[in-house]
Amino acid sequence: MEFSDEQLERYSRHIILKDVGYEGQQRIASGSVLIIGAGGLGAPAALYLAAAGVGKIGIIDGDVVDTSNLQRQVIHFTQDVNKPKVQSAKEKIEQINPDVEVVTFRKIVLADNIMDIIKDYDFILDGTDNFPAKFLINDACFFAKKAYSHGGILRFNGQTMTYTPGNTCYRCIFNSPPPKNLVPTCSQAGVLGAVAGILGTIQAAEVLKYLIGKGQLLTNKLLTFDALNMQFRNVAVSKNRNCPLCGQQPSIRTLMNYEQPVCDIKQNNISSGDKVC
Amino acid sequence: MKIKVNNKVQELTEERITISELLVKNDVEMPEMVSVQLNGEFVKKEKFEVTVLKDNDEVDFLYFMGGGSLI
Ligand SMILES: [Zn+2]
Repeated sequence: MEFSDEQLERYSRHIILKDVGYEGQQRIASGSVLIIGAGGLGAPAALYLAAAGVGKIGIIDGDVVDTSNLQRQVIHFTQDVNKPKVQSAKEKIEQINPDVEVVTFRKIVLADNIMDIIKDYDFILDGTDNFPAKFLINDACFFAKKAYSHGGILRFNGQTMTYTPGNTCYRCIFNSPPPKNLVPTCSQAGVLGAVAGILGTIQAAEVLKYLIGKGQLLTNKLLTFDALNMQFRNVAVSKNRNCPLCGQQPSIRTLMNYEQPVCDIKQNNISSGDKVC
Repeated sequence: MKIKVNNKVQELTEERITISELLVKNDVEMPEMVSVQLNGEFVKKEKFEVTVLKDNDEVDFLYFMGGGSLI
């Protein structure tokens, strides 16, 4: 595709970057990204990917905007409360950049629908808040040979890793979901809004690097950070030969739905003194 | 003995310490929520109690983190 004068101006700060250029911007414009979860991570990621001119952005989320989301899910505004998140996100993306084609799915990913949804996208961004979805996304991307970005946040901490076929997967690090009575999510444990912004923005940068094919992705590396002390750490994580999915004797051959933890978990199940970074 | 935990050196007085004991020493209250890498290789949770550390070992504690979008 050729860019119009308006597009050349819109993307000029990308195009003048040596590692992006006209060709890189064309790759972005012909790229497609599926954002799973239009929440704390998906919101900032969607804003930047829209502004960057990603050709097609798919968003999947089954929820409506709640007042308690507004502290960090910056794509949703006060007037959007009670509106489906995918609709709210679509409206903002279209206002930011009418070049972007937005596809919405008002549902959650499950073993029986995820393969069909991810097949149409170059890259999958995990912005979910729960472990059943995180493991499902990992397994589906492994089976479909899709690149994806894992992201997780808790309180002042975040972690992210990029998966591409053949490299360390989420199950290489975390074999299977944690016991569900121990799992704190944002609603139980809290999260600093800006931490979600930092992490979702790192994930968006990984998407753009993947599309333009430049730089080093966070593959075989888990980036963790502690915003309270503003410390970042890149931990080398090598492929695990005992990985139940991509290891030498894999036991997982099909997708499965893990039970969603019920939200009756007490806030102090994880001591806030635990260092998580 | 000196052990590197999450890239920081810890000077330990113990003669013998297992991964489980190191987790306790580092105030990790819920080992179920942590994945451990020893010198770049993941250790199975069942092995935490029997894996004895030696001088200059490098240990990474990696935590489960959910978060992201929420109802
Ligand atoms: Zn694996």
